[in-house]
Amino acid sequence: MKFFDQDKWNEIFVSIQKHKLRTTLTALGVFWGIFLLVILLGSGQGMQNGIEKQFRGDALNSIWMYGGSTSKTFNGLPKGRRIQFNNDDFENLQEQFPEIEYLAGRVFLSGTQILKYKKKNLSFSVFGVSPDMIHVENAQITSGRFLNKTDEQKRRKVAVIGSQIKDEVFGNEDPIGKDILLGDGMYRVVGISHDPESNQAQREIYIPMSVAQVVFHGNENISNLSLIGGDLSEEQVNQLQQGITETLAANHQFDPTDNRALYINNRYEDYKRFQNLFLGIKSFLWFVGLGTVLAGIVGVSNIMLIIVKDRTKEIGIRKALGATPRSIVSMILTEAIFITSMAGYFGLAAGIVVLSLLDNLDSDFFSSPEINLGVGLAAIIILVIAGALAGLIPSMQAAKINPIVAMRTD
Amino acid sequence: MIQLRNIKKAYKTEFTSLQVLKGIDLIIEEGEFVSIMGSSGSGKSTLLNILGILDDYDEGTYTLAGELMKNLSEKQAAYYRNRFIGFVFQSFNLLNFKTAVENVALPLYYQKVNRDQRLEKAMHYLEMVGLKDWSDHHPNQLSGGQQQRVAIARAMVTEPKVLLADEPTGALDSTTSHEVMNLFQEIHQNGKTVVLVTHEQDIAEKTERIINIQDGLILNSNE
Ligand SMILES: Nc1ncnc2c1ncn2[C@@H]1O[C@H](COP(=O)(O)OP(=O)(O)OP(=O)(O)O)[C@@H](O)[C@H]1O
Ligand SMILES: [Mg+2]
Repeated sequence: MKFFDQDKWNEIFVSIQKHKLRTTLTALGVFWGIFLLVILLGSGQGMQNGIEKQFRGDALNSIWMYGGSTSKTFNGLPKGRRIQFNNDDFENLQEQFPEIEYLAGRVFLSGTQILKYKKKNLSFSVFGVSPDMIHVENAQITSGRFLNKTDEQKRRKVAVIGSQIKDEVFGNEDPIGKDILLGDGMYRVVGISHDPESNQAQREIYIPMSVAQVVFHGNENISNLSLIGGDLSEEQVNQLQQGITETLAANHQFDPTDNRALYINNRYEDYKRFQNLFLGIKSFLWFVGLGTVLAGIVGVSNIMLIIVKDRTKEIGIRKALGATPRSIVSMILTEAIFITSMAGYFGLAAGIVVLSLLDNLDSDFFSSPEINLGVGLAAIIILVIAGALAGLIPSMQAAKINPIVAMRTD
Repeated sequence: MIQLRNIKKAYKTEFTSLQVLKGIDLIIEEGEFVSIMGSSGSGKSTLLNILGILDDYDEGTYTLAGELMKNLSEKQAAYYRNRFIGFVFQSFNLLNFKTAVENVALPLYYQKVNRDQRLEKAMHYLEMVGLKDWSDHHPNQLSGGQQQRVAIARAMVTEPKVLLADEPTGALDSTTSHEVMNLFQEIHQNGKTVVLVTHEQDIAEKTERIINIQDGLILNSNE
């Protein structure tokens, strides 16, 4: 039997049009199921996107290290010694741990610095940072470039300024290539950065770490270190952290178990926690989603049973006029498949419309809800097949009933 | 046209068996106009349903237009119902969601006649039963007599070998019964074989031959 039999479709359209209640009931279950599924999974994704955005400030898999002061005696050395990182630490870490993908140091300058440009005279925070800091901070360069290795090695007096500084100091002027006065030195602006973390970050100035050390401090100290490991497992990250602790402990003569001497902020752990949270939310949503689909299957199956019962007399009449059982089954199933597919399609479309409306509601914990179209289509196909299967057996039975008996039912 | 030899039929349930037809022998020639009479429960409908291949029988042979109607598959049964037989029911059995003309056209759908031709032919038969102007009406907008005429047009549209009618006037008043009987008369005069079941004497007398059935057997068949 041809599927695209125009006459057959004509029969089906007439039947659908004339049985609005039956059609609506069949369609509603599938429509509602798919609609809910899309909203559920879509808003779950939106929640995940929202929380992930919270994390976008720094790279999700970064580790930050700060020197503290010792709380245990070690090798005859007293407690209370301040631990101060320096360039040796930086180089040691770089040499000993090839699994570190990006390693960055940062040097704080005390207080704020006066920036002078033309007639402008403003004060901002200035940091000396390594070229890799762009990866660790997850900052974006909106114009020009970030500090590079050559800047660092040659101690070039260059600066990357936050996007808000550009607005405040330069206005409409293009800052790239302009010279600004920071403290006593002239610096050439090479780039503008935008760090999504906070507004404060848009008012910061970055200069090469080596320049900050030499010009502002006259030493090789580093205020803090940060790094991003490559593609590491949780275990490898813990090993890396342990190794770093031991190296730094050896360099600075403190007890590796002294957790006041060295503070390590491992964002991997936060990241993992949130990943677990996401996993929890996701599994819950899938659970509810599957429940919805299951309810849809039960609903569609029931309706198919009712439909076949409802059509028994019609089936008897058609058989008396010369319909084969096969044409009866085909009629019922084609109609069911058509209605459920359309209903599923509209459910998907309506769900997507609602999700796009929710998209405007961009809060801290909710952002760009979206649904994997494949999942939506799969759910529709499952419901359509379930409806067809649920209709198959009763319609086959009904198609075999003696026409006289079938016509007697009402 | 119709040849029945020793037809037996019992309705069996789990515990009981009701022998309804106890050995029917009957010959109906082509072009005959015959009525079957008998008291309620005597097996008239059962016999007519067998003639219409709507029900099967236990024993004997039934030959229709030279073809043996026995142990038919569902598909074969559907074919013969569609091609050989027009059946008119007491309760019309029209599809309420279809218009008069669509109802009449339905048997042709199962002959794979295309829609335009179907509707054209259906219109022709609606005209024959005098309902051309009612073609767009649904059954529930028609009177009983009109519905039965639509049913007759539907039975005739495939140009069947025999027209069978089970108490076609049973649900109609006497005037409309009359009109419907005139229609059967007309169909008969056009050469069609017509068999109808009735228990009204005046209806039966309009036919050429009355077959009396009692207790599952044919009593007499007066010419
Ligand atoms: N499907 C069935 N199952 C069991 N018994 C049946 C069935 N159909 C009919 N009968 C019984 O068979 C007998 C004959 O029924 P049938 O309908 O042939 O009678 P009838 O002559 O047409 O009667 P009426 O004039 O009332 O229409 C009745 O006793 C009826 O109860
Ligand atoms: Mg009867």
